[in-house]
Amino acid sequence: MPQEHRLILRYVDTPGYTPDLECYLRHGGYAVLRRALALRPVTQPDGKTLSPQEQLRQEVMVSGLRGRGGAGFSTGLKWSLVDRKSGKPIYLICNADESEPGTFKDKQILYKDPHQLLEGMILACFANDVHLAFIYIRGEFVEGARLLNRALAEARAAGFLGRNILGSGYDLEIHVHRGAGAYICGEETGLIESLEGKRPYPRIKPPYYPAVLGLYQCPTIVNNVETLCAVKHVIAMGGAAYAKLGTPNNTGTRIVCLSGRVRRPGYYEIEVGKVTLRELIFDPAFGGGLPEGRQLKAVIPGGVSAKVFRAGEKVRLKTRGPDGREVEQEKDVLDLPYDFTTLVTAGSMSGSGAIIVLDDATDLVEALANISEFFAHESCGQCTPCREGSLWMAKALHRLCRGGGRPEDADYLLHIANNIPGGRTICAFGDACAWPVQSFVEKFRDEFVARGRQGRSPASGEPPPAGARPAGAASPVTHP
Amino acid sequence: MSTVPSPAPNSSPTPALGWTPPPRPTGAAAPAIPAPPAVDTLTVTVNGRPVTVPRLTPDWQGKPAPTTMLQACAAAGVSVPHYCYHHRLPVAGNCRMCLVEYGTPALGPDRQPLKNPDGSLVIQKSPRPAIACATPVTPGMAIDTDTPGVRAMREGVLEFLLINHPLDCPICDQAGECKLQEYSVEYGRAASRFVETKVHKPKQVDLGPRIMLDDERCILCTRCIRFTRDLVGDDALGIVHRGSYSTLAAYPGRAFDNNYTLNTVDLCPVGALTSKDFRFRMRVWFLKETKSLCTSCGTGCNVLIGSRENVLYRYTPRENDAVNRSWLCDFGRLNYKWIGRADRLRQVRVRGEPATWTRALAELAERLRAIPAGHAAILASARLANEELFLLRKLAQHLGAETDIVPRHGEGDRFLVHPDKNPNTTGARVLGLAAAPPGANLPRFAERLRAGQLTALLVFGEDPLKHGFDPETLQRAELLVVSDLLPNGAAELAHFVLPGCAHAEKRGTFTNAHGRVQRFFKALEPPGDARPETEWLGELWERLTGERASTSPERLFRQLAEEVPAFRGLTWAALGDTGQDLPDGPPPPER
Ligand SMILES: Cc1cc2nc3c(=O)[nH]c(=O)nc-3n(C[C@H](O)[C@H](O)[C@H](O)COP(=O)(O)O)c2cc1C
Ligand code: SF4
Ligand code: SF4
Ligand code: SF4
Ligand code: FES
Repeated sequence: MPQEHRLILRYVDTPGYTPDLECYLRHGGYAVLRRALALRPVTQPDGKTLSPQEQLRQEVMVSGLRGRGGAGFSTGLKWSLVDRKSGKPIYLICNADESEPGTFKDKQILYKDPHQLLEGMILACFANDVHLAFIYIRGEFVEGARLLNRALAEARAAGFLGRNILGSGYDLEIHVHRGAGAYICGEETGLIESLEGKRPYPRIKPPYYPAVLGLYQCPTIVNNVETLCAVKHVIAMGGAAYAKLGTPNNTGTRIVCLSGRVRRPGYYEIEVGKVTLRELIFDPAFGGGLPEGRQLKAVIPGGVSAKVFRAGEKVRLKTRGPDGREVEQEKDVLDLPYDFTTLVTAGSMSGSGAIIVLDDATDLVEALANISEFFAHESCGQCTPCREGSLWMAKALHRLCRGGGRPEDADYLLHIANNIPGGRTICAFGDACAWPVQSFVEKFRDEFVARGRQGRSPASGEPPPAGARPAGAASPVTHP
Repeated sequence: MSTVPSPAPNSSPTPALGWTPPPRPTGAAAPAIPAPPAVDTLTVTVNGRPVTVPRLTPDWQGKPAPTTMLQACAAAGVSVPHYCYHHRLPVAGNCRMCLVEYGTPALGPDRQPLKNPDGSLVIQKSPRPAIACATPVTPGMAIDTDTPGVRAMREGVLEFLLINHPLDCPICDQAGECKLQEYSVEYGRAASRFVETKVHKPKQVDLGPRIMLDDERCILCTRCIRFTRDLVGDDALGIVHRGSYSTLAAYPGRAFDNNYTLNTVDLCPVGALTSKDFRFRMRVWFLKETKSLCTSCGTGCNVLIGSRENVLYRYTPRENDAVNRSWLCDFGRLNYKWIGRADRLRQVRVRGEPATWTRALAELAERLRAIPAGHAAILASARLANEELFLLRKLAQHLGAETDIVPRHGEGDRFLVHPDKNPNTTGARVLGLAAAPPGANLPRFAERLRAGQLTALLVFGEDPLKHGFDPETLQRAELLVVSDLLPNGAAELAHFVLPGCAHAEKRGTFTNAHGRVQRFFKALEPPGDARPETEWLGELWERLTGERASTSPERLFRQLAEEVPAFRGLTWAALGDTGQDLPDGPPPPER
């Protein structure tokens, strides 16, 4: 029986658990930090001496922890790339911009257990010799920012933050910065620009790798809220023990956000790779299946940026059998373990951990129009393919929805989408806006072609609006 | 004609320190030239052909930075289309026009590069393209700019750029020098598939006193923003809204009015930013281009004169790393209209009556011969060319005349504008025509005129009435000769009025405030009787001395370089398009 494995969310939602310091301390809070600050240098068998910071970084490396913000990049590796010789300060930024549609996991931590994030952050900062850190929180989380600031004040008063933390001689200050409502501020270099007070135009890489030229052109670590909480647990249990959770290369636990047509939408913390998509959607411990009489039609497995899976879709996977030999297997997408690696191999990704379930009553043309409108509205507008392509796709999809479709529109959409991703743009938003269009149109081509022919929604059954908008009529996509 | 206001000549924002001028030669002894350091190079292939490039290449600030794919391609003679990249601006990487495919040497298990049977490197192709403008090259890298994939990416970018573009080239002022047009022809596809409504944006935006913006033509390359922010130090421009609605705008409530705004018109690859002064006055393909110089300050920025049928339409900057790089100040750029003024002096006059050059020069020579040595003075101008000043120097020596020039000082800035508002003060000083400090002799000339000690005053390109002389004093001169371009008070009183030429109407050289000698060429015919000063000064010299004198600037420059030590070793030909420094640099300032 697949079960939740609550590590980060262990106390969250338990009766009487409140976001204040006193409650956190009662539940053993800041004990890990206390231990970490008391670490002594150790000499390894090879004679090399590891500083406390190096020991902590090694634990994170050993843990196999991968970033929970979307890309699943190894946290230990990210930290090892930091330029520690530049003589410049190293900054750490907690990415709390959580904006990927379908994602609401960081919010649980920020609103219900802010001290856990702070403890993870302070540990990460200590491990990386950071003395100034920031929490970039999405503007809409007004209450979250208030709670964080309260938690920071409490931590400061209790000596967990500020000068000479717990008498260790280590100084750290953390500031909360509120965004102003833009998805692109979640992209780490856009975030850095925004934090510097500029438009959040993502930076070109090379040369602006945050680990070398980040905030104020100094080495910078950007980690997701959940990642930083996981760091606390890695240090608490030890990297090797943490790595035993989940599956090889996909270690630990992560919080999955289930939404759409399931009976029990919500957030569930699972061991990575130990639960399949099918279990997440249908098992009573998780989604509990679709509402009565509804059939599964599609699953978006990692936030709207991820490529959609069609129900019944089969993928061929290479796996290693028990004897270590590689075997190729055909699998139903629903039987894929929910992890980082497998979903990428299957042509999509687990992204921000947001699973969106679409049923047979969902008009996929309209669903895609909705997604594309989001991207058209959120493109920062810096680079040509994404700036122009995102709105073009949204306009075409709205035209289709409003009865102005043409049989060739499926190919037309693919043509636009194919010119955006794969390194043609400055940041991964270009992929994010193209992938849904590519995957919806490729996997549900018939629906798009049919809509192009008949110019109305088969699902809603509504006739096209009077005097259906001809091609080129004013788009409903909002102008700023 | 245009009613575009010119900026106050000295108005300029505090310039940024984006650029440090190259060191100027100082002092007399030329430093021993050190052997050039061995350049660290690496070899890459561009479309299969190997090319060796330096590891480091100066970036927009002149600082060494890793050589980019685009620079390596240029070294291989392969041009990569680009919009946002400009060698004098920080790299933005936003247009994506320069995307190329590439690969790097594949490494074996021993981390050594794998080799093909023929000894060439095994290349592992990158799954993702890279922007050539920002991606550094690495040893053995294979860059491909002409694959189906690269062509498709360029086509895609161009299609995206055009979907919301007005596509009305026939009425666009940029036509003929538009990169969108050019690349579309070269790399685009014939038809767009776009069938949606276009995004509409503001048109005819009055961005500032000299600049018009058509936001629908803007391709958002941010060149104008980067220039204004990072080079001029004025954060006046930015983008508002986001996504496809992104719109270039000036800071709300703030005009785009620094002294360098017109450079954004040159930088703009499309017809979005246009010069109010120039727009819709002439199709660019009709313009004849002549290499010339700006004469509005001691910097001596290099310009191209755009003219047609003897009308000057615009100055545009001509690149010169040692002087103005790619820029002009707005004041200098727009300060050309006087050349075409209707009231230019166009008639040779002797005592108020029209005369021919032959008669006037014959009579003038006669009169000059009668002036006893030491009784003449020459008030020259630091707006005259070196060659003209050289002839005046000979004339002064012959007449035993004292000389001086009129100094002009104003404000400078740290970007281009020099506080010396004459284009050739240095020339006048090293040729010995300027007093020390320049202008010091002027009160004495007036004094000596009043005292009857000066009987002849020869004035070139200046109005003494504006520089401390009153009409009565001038009238004391038995011989007052005025050569100028525009009517002035002294010309009214002069016995001889000899119309001269604007720099755009002749050839010659100026020596800028930093001691750089630069050539300018003739774009226009002078009005009426006006003739280049070297011609008639040479003729006058011949009549006065019986000695033949050269009248061509080339020959005069050779003589000058032979006779005047400050110019030794320079030749007209070697000056080339960007000039050369005086061997000893400019004389130290006096004041
Ligand atoms: C368009 C875009 C939006 C993103 N939004 C977020 C976000 O809201 N929160 C987040 O943690 N990461 C977001 N990311 C990922 C970040 O760029 C970055 O990879 C992440 O914060 C790194 O943290 P991690 O290594 O802990 O996952 C976004 C990336 C892109 C391309
Ligand atoms: S890909 Fe889109 S969001 Fe990212 S920089 Fe380019 S325009 Fe902005
Ligand atoms: S106005 Fe011209 S230079 Fe400025 S961003 Fe637009 S296209 Fe580029
Ligand atoms: S700075 Fe250049 S353009 Fe401006 S007045 Fe001086 S020489 Fe002319
Ligand atoms: S020239 Fe614009 S991205 Fe390289």
